[in-house]
Amino acid sequence: MKRWVGGALLLAPLTWLYSCSGSESRSNTAALPLAQVDATNGATISGKVLFTGAAPVMPVIDMSSNPTCERQHGERRAEIVVVNPNHTLRNTFVWIADGLPKARWQAPSAIAHLDQKGCTYQPHVQGIMVGQTLEISNSDPVNHNVHAESRVNAAWNESEPPRAETRLKRFQEQEVLIPVSCSVHPWMRSYVGVVAHPFFAVTGDDGSFSLRGVPPGTYKLEAVHERFGRKQISVTVAPQQSAVVDFTYGS
Amino acid sequence: MAAKYQRGLHRFALLLTGCTLLLVVAGAMVTSKDAGLSVPDWPLSYGRLMPPMEGNIFYEHGHRMIATAVGLLSIAMAVWLWRSASPRWLKITGLAAVGGVIAQGVLGGITVLWMLPPAVSSSHACLAELFFSTTVAIAVFTSRGWQAGAVPVEDRGLLPLRFVALFLPVFVLFQVALGATARHKAIGSIYHIANSALVTSAVLYVTLRILLHFAKHDALRRSAIVMLVVTFAQVFLGIAAYMSRLATADAVQPIPVMVTFTVMHVAVGALTMAASVLLAIQVCRNVRRVAAPQASARYVTVS
Ligand code: HEM
Ligand code: HEM
Ligand SMILES: [Cu+2]
Repeated sequence: MKRWVGGALLLAPLTWLYSCSGSESRSNTAALPLAQVDATNGATISGKVLFTGAAPVMPVIDMSSNPTCERQHGERRAEIVVVNPNHTLRNTFVWIADGLPKARWQAPSAIAHLDQKGCTYQPHVQGIMVGQTLEISNSDPVNHNVHAESRVNAAWNESEPPRAETRLKRFQEQEVLIPVSCSVHPWMRSYVGVVAHPFFAVTGDDGSFSLRGVPPGTYKLEAVHERFGRKQISVTVAPQQSAVVDFTYGS
Repeated sequence: MAAKYQRGLHRFALLLTGCTLLLVVAGAMVTSKDAGLSVPDWPLSYGRLMPPMEGNIFYEHGHRMIATAVGLLSIAMAVWLWRSASPRWLKITGLAAVGGVIAQGVLGGITVLWMLPPAVSSSHACLAELFFSTTVAIAVFTSRGWQAGAVPVEDRGLLPLRFVALFLPVFVLFQVALGATARHKAIGSIYHIANSALVTSAVLYVTLRILLHFAKHDALRRSAIVMLVVTFAQVFLGIAAYMSRLATADAVQPIPVMVTFTVMHVAVGALTMAASVLLAIQVCRNVRRVAAPQASARYVTVS
């Protein structure tokens, strides 16, 4: 009897602590006000990711270990560093890393896509929102494994045979960037930026980015490149204002 | 040790040793080719016994197939030893090998399911070298030379030779563990490279002492020479492995030069481990300690 009481006394604060911490972490985001992109009053932050110096020559990928992959390409070069003709850097992830007021942003219902095609990933870099669905498909006649090398979110590794059903995945925590790779074809590597708000972009073949509807404020704008790493620039915007911010990388 | 030489048993032990070395090479290929996660499931592969062997699946699933074969061979070896007229400790060594190969298989499966945590992959790498050393030891214990019996010699050195010879495999295992944790990126390779100078010195000390004083003793001389040669090769391959890793650090995929040298370094690492175990066994078997060292005539060979 005595022991039983002692045990209960010990357990009570533990269960209390447990339930408390549980509800707290849930309320963290749920209790926050729902935020909306303000297209009329919001500011625009845009710019380019510039690249100075000679563009590194990327190696031709050796796909001979899987001839089916090889047949789909002539000479396929790695996409690690792609410098555009206008001296800008492609595949750079740009986002607001810090400074937004605490709020809960709704993930879009639109599904993001990551396709395995010709034993490469398409797109090479992309951004999605926390909670948004990412559909991973295999357009190839060969087997792939898909390994999300996430550190904040739980990592996973799953096989995706040809004509298999697409995989629908969500990430619940912000994480920039998550490498997604295939070990069947070790050259296959792509990156997914998972952001808690909608202010992010990936540079394309003109190296530019544009974030619209940003609430007025002072932000840490960050560029992330798989080879050249992170760069941050502080930027302040007033309502309806347009700010231009350029990042510069060099080799 | 009344056991007679059994040719079939010894040949089978040699077969097991050879297959295990092949398995170590196959395993090292998995790591060097970055193939470890190409088959996400275990014990099945892509939900089947035999997945399509394309790309790196060939290396990962091939490694699993060879491992299965070696597992079965080890069980057969243990059963054969158990039913043979071998001494009890040898029978137990056979059982220990089976325990080792099962543990190794489970570690391999876990490292796949948990996506290659460095601690598990490194343990898998270390246990592989220990298991290989066990198969080599069984091959020696069943050999004609071993059955012929010990040839005692006397050691009057300042440091007991039995002690330093027993310490050597422990030290080599430590070096292997540093190499494995470096290879699986748990720690930098600097510790492994720095410690290699100490390990090489220890190897030189033990082997030169044997070669200087017991050169006429066949088993001791041979084990010492093997240890010396294998260690030199290993240091050379280590430098080549390091340089090729450095040179291909920015590559999009594993480059053949790097794969060749790192795989050879792992395989010869297994030989180094086994050679140090063998040397310790031979020293413990043949070398007798003789009391306090004398000022003159420190080493006397008795044959
Ligand atoms: C039973 C005997 C086995 C032996 C002796 C063995 C040996 C080895 C060796 C020597 C390596 C290379 C380690 C390195 O280079 O650092 C390796 C890697 C590996 N082995 Fe095994 N293995 C065995 C069984 C298995 C099994 C049954 C699996 C099942 C899935 C497995 C999965 C792996 C994987 C995934 C790697 C790569 C680890 C990494 O890259 O991190 N092994 N194995
Ligand atoms: C007696 C000497 C040595 C022994 C016994 C030894 C053993 C090993 C072993 C067993 C591994 C791989 C562990 C695994 O299976 O995962 C390894 C890895 C490695 N060793 Fe050594 N090693 C020695 C000397 C050296 C030296 C002298 C160097 C370089 C100067 C070196 C450089 C390396 C490097 C860079 C790796 C990692 C390879 C990779 O990243 O793939 N080793 N060593
Ligand atoms: Cu693939």
